[in-house]
Amino acid sequence: MGQRPLDERRASAALKWAELQSSPVPLVFIGAASCGLAAGAEEVQEAVEKYLKKNGVKGRIIQVGCIGPCYLEPLMDVQMPGQPRISYSNVRPSDVPLILESFFEKKEVAKSRLAGHFGEDAYDGVPRFFDLPMLKPQVRIVLRNCGIIDPDDLDHYLARDGYLGLEKALSMSWSDVLDIIKRSGLRGRGGAGFPTWRKWLTCRETPSDERYLICNADEGDPGAFMNRSLIEGDPHALLEGMLVAAYAIGASKGYIYIRAEYPLAIRRLKKALVDMREAGLLGKDILGSEFSFDIRIKEGAGAFVCGEETALIASIEGKRGMPRTRPPFPAVSGLHGKPTIINNVETLGTLPHIMRNGAEWYAGSGTETSKGTKTFSLVGKVRRTGLIEVPLGMTLREVVFDIGGGTLKPFKAVQTGGPSGGCLSEEFLDTPIDYEHLAAAGSIMGSGGLIVVDTDTCIVDTAKYFLGFTQKESCGKCVPCRVGTRHMVKLLEKICGGRGELADLDKLEKLGRTIKSGSLCGLGATAPNPALTSLKYFRSEFIAHVKDKKCPAVVCKSLVNYRVVAGKCTGCQRCVSVCPTGAITGPRSEPHNLDRTKCIKCRSCYEICRFDAIAGDAIIIES
Amino acid sequence: MKERDFPSGDGLSGLRREFKGERGDLIPVLQRVQEIHGYLHPDSIRGVSRWLKVSENEIFGVATFYAQFRFHPPGRHHLRVCLGTACHVKGGEQILLTAQQRLNIDTGETTPDGEYDLDRVACLGCCALAPVVAVDDKVHAQMSVLKIQRILDGPKTA
Repeated sequence: MGQRPLDERRASAALKWAELQSSPVPLVFIGAASCGLAAGAEEVQEAVEKYLKKNGVKGRIIQVGCIGPCYLEPLMDVQMPGQPRISYSNVRPSDVPLILESFFEKKEVAKSRLAGHFGEDAYDGVPRFFDLPMLKPQVRIVLRNCGIIDPDDLDHYLARDGYLGLEKALSMSWSDVLDIIKRSGLRGRGGAGFPTWRKWLTCRETPSDERYLICNADEGDPGAFMNRSLIEGDPHALLEGMLVAAYAIGASKGYIYIRAEYPLAIRRLKKALVDMREAGLLGKDILGSEFSFDIRIKEGAGAFVCGEETALIASIEGKRGMPRTRPPFPAVSGLHGKPTIINNVETLGTLPHIMRNGAEWYAGSGTETSKGTKTFSLVGKVRRTGLIEVPLGMTLREVVFDIGGGTLKPFKAVQTGGPSGGCLSEEFLDTPIDYEHLAAAGSIMGSGGLIVVDTDTCIVDTAKYFLGFTQKESCGKCVPCRVGTRHMVKLLEKICGGRGELADLDKLEKLGRTIKSGSLCGLGATAPNPALTSLKYFRSEFIAHVKDKKCPAVVCKSLVNYRVVAGKCTGCQRCVSVCPTGAITGPRSEPHNLDRTKCIKCRSCYEICRFDAIAGDAIIIES
Repeated sequence: MKERDFPSGDGLSGLRREFKGERGDLIPVLQRVQEIHGYLHPDSIRGVSRWLKVSENEIFGVATFYAQFRFHPPGRHHLRVCLGTACHVKGGEQILLTAQQRLNIDTGETTPDGEYDLDRVACLGCCALAPVVAVDDKVHAQMSVLKIQRILDGPKTA
């Protein structure tokens, strides 16, 4: 093959990347994705700038995306000339001068807040970052660039083999590309797990003058942020994937439907699109081929149901996001009546890697029916929270305990699939994570939210939460979903309020089955899952609420009381000062009184006693 | 509540150049209107209706369907309490109740002095740092009942 249009740019990018790796100027990397910023990355960066200025030393600051272990945020990496990149975790602005002083003045690796280094071999007693217990069991394909490269720099992406997958795709026929994806076994990562190639083929074989590709980045599941992290950390992976998909299905126009709640991700995408256009990767005759494609960003206006394909299309057309009957499927008649493919961010983000490394390489991970890797957001009551990527088929136990480090209080359940999924109890911990096994357990794979709960979380309350969410988000088209979810929420509220009867549990199950069978789209068809699985696997907890009027997890407000432990209380009066209703009284240095008729159970006294008072834990909540 | 001064006319003059004026532009247009004025004033809706040739009735139908659109003037600061799953299991509900009590308003409302408006959101995507709230664009991590009180009582962050 002769000179390719990107060759020159790629060579200079590789040089730029190599220079960065052996930079003569010290580098400071700041993890500045949304979660890092929330944890205080901006303040850390200011402290770094201040230190460099004050001491008149040279250093360059580079903002990178999220590398995954959110519990270590804010993360700051230091790379001195001739040393590997060394990462520091939970960095507060006050730690910055100490860490930098060690490197710049004492010329030694700072030891406090040390997490690990990014080199290959052992270095000066510092462990490898990717050997940390949370990272070691992971297989990073989709996330390989996240937290490593500057997401705003196309050269960084190119230097790490970016757009090689596209070049390979453009050198083949569309059917060869489709065949590679077929052999890779890739299934839709949005949750349903439909084979990607089959959807594409339907679209391609439908005669039309125009076809559309839509990237679904309306990550609506509460508790899931995989797509946000990928876009913030490696936007070009998604965009390259979109080009590959568009080439295979023959689309000339693409949309990214993204939540307006993700302003940083939108900013990164806009920058990336400008860079692509400049490099000839977008627009007419991409990379000198006859393939033309353009991408527009559409900001979602906040409606969970718009994750459903036909509702999403209605929303792009400027209508209420309400689903319609299928068939015709969008692959046949979608946006403006043309064949349309809607793929999830992660599905598209995987494509460049499959194209570059081959179908067999990708199919090498995973199980017989579920190939490859999947990203999950591991959150809730687990010790190590964050974004992870694991081969499919790994067990829930490995994810929760090996990667997540287990829970502080005893483990109770893991919730998969968000509001459409289910709560799985301890007996399912050895279930392999793949589409079939999770469905058999009554849950779904979903887009990748894994919410771990411990004995401090009330299952009834959690079910009420999810039903309350879907009830609010129900578009109102199908009566069983619109009215049924409302009744399920009412019943669950009754149970949490201590007014439940045993017959209510049967009513919940009956309603749930009706809603599932009588709703048009995925929202209604899965909305009862959290309640139904909870009833199945945690029935005793429901019965405790109904019969004993007790909440074993001490969560349901109507069933708990606050009490001052007289033997522990030193009478420091901190709780008296924060109580909004004057329920706590008592003279200084004597155990206080708590008047239950005035107490609104707002937790203020409990928290202040726990963290700020002299005695600590002298106020308890009990059921 | 003192309404912010609303410009005379429909306040859309600058937008006509940004969009082609197609039916599919309705939601982006409404988003831009809200970005400029902070909410959707009935005059703006009337203007959009004439411009895009979509009935006011239908525009209200679309706008009320989506959580993003407001029909009342916002406060100077926008407090959003996250009630995503992770925030819920870590006590987000109580954070919201505390904010409601402290500001003495319900969600979707603005304080009488126009300082804060309050919203609940489904997920801010910072689940690993739950529970979180956002004041304007700044996300505050690992909230507690006492921390939210301190934010609301302290100097206003811009």
